[in-house]
Amino acid sequence: MYKYYKKYVPYLFLLPAAVILLLFFFIPFFETIVLSFFDYNSNIYHPQFVSLANYIELLKSPVFYKVLWNTFLYLIVAVPFLVVFPLIIAIMINQKIKGITLYKILIYLPVIVSIVVAAIAFKWLYAQQGILNYAMDILHLPAIGWLTDPRFSLYSVILVTIWKGIGYYMMIYLSALMSVPKDLYEACEVDGANPIVKHLTVTLPHLMPTIGLVTMVSSISAMKVFVEIYVMTKGGPLDASKTIVYYIYERAFENLDLGIASAASVILLVIVLVMSVLNFTLFENKQYRL
Amino acid sequence: MRNFKTCSRGFFIHLSLIAVSLLSIFPFLWLLSTALKGADENIFQYPPVFFPESPTLANFKGVWNQIPFMLYFLNSMIVAGFTVVLNLILSSLAAYPLARMEFKGKKTIFYATLATIMIPFQAIMLPVYLIVLKLNMVDSVNSVMGYIGLILPFAVNAFGIFLMRQAFLAIPKEMEEAAFVDGCNVFQIWWKILLPMVKPTLAVLAIFTFIGSWGEFLWPSIVLTKKALYTLPVGVNDLQGMFSANWRYIAAGSIISTIPILVFFIAMQRYFISGENDGAVKG
Repeated sequence: MYKYYKKYVPYLFLLPAAVILLLFFFIPFFETIVLSFFDYNSNIYHPQFVSLANYIELLKSPVFYKVLWNTFLYLIVAVPFLVVFPLIIAIMINQKIKGITLYKILIYLPVIVSIVVAAIAFKWLYAQQGILNYAMDILHLPAIGWLTDPRFSLYSVILVTIWKGIGYYMMIYLSALMSVPKDLYEACEVDGANPIVKHLTVTLPHLMPTIGLVTMVSSISAMKVFVEIYVMTKGGPLDASKTIVYYIYERAFENLDLGIASAASVILLVIVLVMSVLNFTLFENKQYRL
Repeated sequence: MRNFKTCSRGFFIHLSLIAVSLLSIFPFLWLLSTALKGADENIFQYPPVFFPESPTLANFKGVWNQIPFMLYFLNSMIVAGFTVVLNLILSSLAAYPLARMEFKGKKTIFYATLATIMIPFQAIMLPVYLIVLKLNMVDSVNSVMGYIGLILPFAVNAFGIFLMRQAFLAIPKEMEEAAFVDGCNVFQIWWKILLPMVKPTLAVLAIFTFIGSWGEFLWPSIVLTKKALYTLPVGVNDLQGMFSANWRYIAAGSIISTIPILVFFIAMQRYFISGENDGAVKG
């Protein structure tokens, strides 16, 4: 094609976005790495270069192991639910039955509402004399300190993440379901396959890339949870519900321990980078090809 | 027989979907129920009562008088509004050369942009905060700088750039050639020819940026020092501290804060639930 623009024009178009990305992504990215080699604890105005000392301190700290373990638990509990539930719901919704729009709106509602409000709503359900403990009472079970008992608090918070994510992943599945060829279903019906066989043999193979995508995306967002924990438990009791982002927040903005916070950030960066690279190479490569 | 089977299957599906829908909204309904209960009604009574005996708006009035919701709402509008506008402009500016032009360093810029998708904000928020401080973009300087600090770090992201790039790629090149022959310069081609053709994508980007910005909590709670600039999520979280044991007020305040986004959602629902957000997956 005939070149209708001057040489510098592409850069002109890119400039504003480049400034923002440079200032708020690239520089902070490298600064995180640099900060992680400095000690701010002794004197915040005169940081000392300590090479790997922050990382060593983290790896010696039982709290950090607890935090990593909690983050891992968060992932392996939340992700299977977020992959399977929305898929089942999407398959149920993807039929010609009445009231579909209303169902979609109601199920999508938790996605729209601020996570702060959602966390407050659940805090109220979880109250010691709250409605969930009343349900326990009906089932002749003892009342539970949903957010105050270290055995349960992490799972109570995870439940909120799952509940808030279902509608979002359901919509992703729904748009993938639209592309399943209709004639395959018809062939199934001619063969007299029952609905479960139909979905196992036609829907599932077709949705494998989407299932992979949802697995990666929900894993990455499970790594990044913060607000639920901040609003409901502040990581407690006894660090029982503290995950890595909350830990970083606490060390950085409450303890002003910038070096340790940055070292923990670098660890988070590495984990998420690996997950994202997997996600891109396996599932999202179409959109992002030059 | 077959008819009976499909019929009972439909019944089962409806039953399950009703159950899921109820579970989705129950926490809000219970909050609403609590907010509507008057001071003389025990909100901790066993068994719990769903429908208030004498529903009252007293809690809503009470919390409205103590919390400047209108101010928080305006702050949220300012922040989300500017964030959306900046995202639309900067994303589609950057996307155009990435989709349509040949230039030195294109590959590097493309992959560098892609790399930013993989950097979670939570891992770099501390240096972002330090940079914002250094640039004086905080509310302790003045309100305008405070707003800028809330908005600018989210003014554009790679997700939006790639979304717009996809949209530009779908437009036939002849459009630009014709416009050039007609005497348009490159900026006019972008503004007058290309942008109108990608309106649906712009709408999707606008809506999802708006929702994201409106619900953002972590960043404003880090940078804000003054209540004058609180956005709704920060203000709502503040309810917990102000009315520590008064769940009627906390519930009423939470409900009030949700109304704007609920209205927005209902008005724009087709964008969320009709599958038009295809490709609008955000990590």
